[in-house]
Amino acid sequence: MSIPLSWYLILSAALFSIGLFGVLARKNAVAILLGIELMLNAVNINLVAFWRYGSGSIAGQVFAIIVFAVAAAEVAVGLALIISVYRRRTTVIADELDLLKW
Amino acid sequence: MLLEYAAIALFIIVATAIGFIAIGLGNFFGPRSSTEIKAMPYESGMDPIGPGTRRLPVRFYLIAVLFILFDIEVVFFLPWAIVFRQLGWFGLVEMFIFIIILLVGYFYAWKKGALEWE
Amino acid sequence: MTPDQIIFLLCAALIVGSALMVVTTKNLVHAALWLVATLFGVAILYGLLQAGFLALVQVVVYIGAIAVLFIFAVMLTRREMRDKGTQVNHNWGISALLALLTFGGLAFILSSWVGFSSTAKAIPAGTDTLMMLGKALVSPDAYVLPFEVASILLLAALVGAVYIATSSKE
Repeated sequence: MSIPLSWYLILSAALFSIGLFGVLARKNAVAILLGIELMLNAVNINLVAFWRYGSGSIAGQVFAIIVFAVAAAEVAVGLALIISVYRRRTTVIADELDLLKW
Repeated sequence: MLLEYAAIALFIIVATAIGFIAIGLGNFFGPRSSTEIKAMPYESGMDPIGPGTRRLPVRFYLIAVLFILFDIEVVFFLPWAIVFRQLGWFGLVEMFIFIIILLVGYFYAWKKGALEWE
Repeated sequence: MTPDQIIFLLCAALIVGSALMVVTTKNLVHAALWLVATLFGVAILYGLLQAGFLALVQVVVYIGAIAVLFIFAVMLTRREMRDKGTQVNHNWGISALLALLTFGGLAFILSSWVGFSSTAKAIPAGTDTLMMLGKALVSPDAYVLPFEVASILLLAALVGAVYIATSSKE
């Protein structure tokens, strides 16, 4: 293993920032959830890298699996909400869903 | 350690290559002529009605959600299944609790009609 | 350059490139397909990190289920998916700046940490990571509580998704 830990950390920081840009800049609510997926993956790369470069504890992998479960739950409920909103308002543009704004 | 994955890498490369070769050969040797009638979408001999990109019914989404959540359940099962003989009764009871909690959701989806396909 | 490093760099290029496509491409179906490419790159990284089980889970769960769910959702909300003009909102410039600042900040903080350029020790022969994982997940002095809470989370997600998706029938 000749790859220093820094490579993984920088890569996951880059992936996280790209996901953050997607969440902040995209109009479509489905695209915002895609950005969140990118951020969750960046977190998972970090967890697994720290497991590998750490001192023998398995915690990193356990947390990575929990993050998988959280990601699946988040996607299931998030997309269901988007579909439900689409049926009522026939739009998934986040800026147009401003009923609670005053 | 990389050699463990060499077979998978080879598999991916061959599979991708076969896809490209199959399509590429057809493109290269086959005669191609496009007329207006040929480019029309084929709908059982009738003239197509409405847009081609119709919305999917929500049933597909429900089935996919059920699949995802029980897929994650399998992810938790696999590491447990490898060591469950060493874990003894305690591990078995815990997995039963895990399954029973998820079965509640399964019966809810069943009662709600998410498994029906009309 | 060792083979590991070359594979890592190729993989990193794949991940960053396709992640950029995910957040910039106009057609949402294409964005979801680019997400599949990103996830696959991350799966290769897990392989490089000798976490074979997680690589498998990444392919089966993330690519096989979550990405497919995204494509379904795009098709279910089809009307807004047409590429009519820009797909970013008016303050995308600030968002890009914020993302760059986040990256710069993270890189700066990480580079000032002592363990930043540490290298990995070889995993001792005979350790079965999957076995350790299984024991850690259900032994009471480790992670049994997160394990059971995860099932409750999945139950809540299942009930919530089924209820929300079926309730608003017109």
